[in-house]
Amino acid sequence: MPLMTVENQSEKEKMKLLQTLTGHLGRVWSASWHPSGTIFASCGEDKTIHVWMKNDADRWIAETVLTKGHTRTIRDVAWSCCGHYLASASFDTTVAVWDKKSGEFECNATLEGHDNEVKSVTWSRSGGMLATCSRDKSVWIWEVHSAPDQEDEYECVAVLNGHTQDVKKVCWHPHEDILASASYDNTIRMYRQDAADNEWEMLEPMESHSSTVWSISFDATGKRLASCSEDKTIKIWQQYGPDNTLGIPCPDKGTVWKCVCTLSGFHTRSVYDIDWCKRTGLLATACGDDMVRIFREAADSDPNEPTFELLETVMAHYQDANKVAWHPVIPGMLLTASDDGKIKLWQYEDEA
Amino acid sequence: MAELENINPNVYKKCEDRKLTKDDEDEDVVDPFDEREIFDLIRNINDPEHPLTLEELHVLEQSLITVDNEKNSVSILFTPTIPHCSMATLIGLSIRVKLLRALPPRFKVSVEINPGTHASEHSVNKQLTDKERVAAALENTHLMEVINQCIGTPLK
Repeated sequence: MPLMTVENQSEKEKMKLLQTLTGHLGRVWSASWHPSGTIFASCGEDKTIHVWMKNDADRWIAETVLTKGHTRTIRDVAWSCCGHYLASASFDTTVAVWDKKSGEFECNATLEGHDNEVKSVTWSRSGGMLATCSRDKSVWIWEVHSAPDQEDEYECVAVLNGHTQDVKKVCWHPHEDILASASYDNTIRMYRQDAADNEWEMLEPMESHSSTVWSISFDATGKRLASCSEDKTIKIWQQYGPDNTLGIPCPDKGTVWKCVCTLSGFHTRSVYDIDWCKRTGLLATACGDDMVRIFREAADSDPNEPTFELLETVMAHYQDANKVAWHPVIPGMLLTASDDGKIKLWQYEDEA
Repeated sequence: MAELENINPNVYKKCEDRKLTKDDEDEDVVDPFDEREIFDLIRNINDPEHPLTLEELHVLEQSLITVDNEKNSVSILFTPTIPHCSMATLIGLSIRVKLLRALPPRFKVSVEINPGTHASEHSVNKQLTDKERVAAALENTHLMEVINQCIGTPLK
């Protein structure tokens, strides 16, 4: 009998199911917490966005269902950091931006330009920029121009063609205007503005995964990035600057990202999503084996060769888990979404 | 139809129907999915360019199907008739769609090319495994018409 097993009862109790939410028809692809943590939005193949809030009985309910924005699957949703806007990315090649200026959620802007399915959307920390990526292999950066009593305008300021295949995910740095993207071409890329001419430039591709990179997530410092892949592994990447003590050469671009840890052998199928909690440092993954797993960096971990330990594996859904999202305010609260059409809310309690 | 890629494919004999046993008719006997049952679900899929089934062209063979009913996994290897077959992705997608509709959702289905039988084996397999791209393909009405023709009633 192994000492540590997922069947172990005491371990199971660390992950407490708070609520199971139904409402979507078919696969739920993604969900996003409002920065306040009092609302979240979800989307899926039924072409709807559900906006969930707590009712008087402290249960989450679909307060609003948005049905008119898209004609095909909605692959991703994202709240702006100010909490006033919700963006949705769809296989219909468009991105819709929703707001509540009229009192009700309304789609007040549709961003067009991608040639093919849009796979992901993300807002910069400042809220002044939006990034989208598509099956058409490109990453687009949009600037938001808003003025009081005027309609918001979105201007495409960069079309970045670094990837050679379908781009699956875009994710902004937590503090700086640095964007990361993950692709079917097995690589991750980063982009930033050149201080001299404000043009967006690409850093060297980050190569290590042996298949599609499905998702990426920065840690709270923004100096580390976690990635998950079709190759069933998780990788941790560390940023090194010109002054690094390890003597890692940094090209003219200033900093370089190195893969410092690979977590293999934990996932039995494709890993579709990863989220690095900015509050607790816990890593959560959503896997095609229906499981949700939680990892934490070991206490005696060497920052240049970190080690991570698996804290919990939970059979979260009856089909593939597609999304994991840590609550922005409550430590340990986790949202998961699946092909089984369900969204679940969990509370992870550490033994400490 | 445009020019056929493989003008003169080898045609093989169909296998005999599954023999019903007493247990098959007994409602109380649990009947787990096995290789033969999966094979029966897909062997009559039509080839996109010939009026023949995937079984008759030896694209599908029962011996290249693996089922683990307990672990909810079904794995299928298919053999394109020629190594440069441009229909390989479409054939794989038809097999996927047929099983998606026929099997309970608990099953994880993998459809891949029989190793060494196609020039672009890796890229076709990668596309067929990518559930997001498969989902997008299934929303393409033109493609679905073609697939539905392939998996529709077998040609006699």
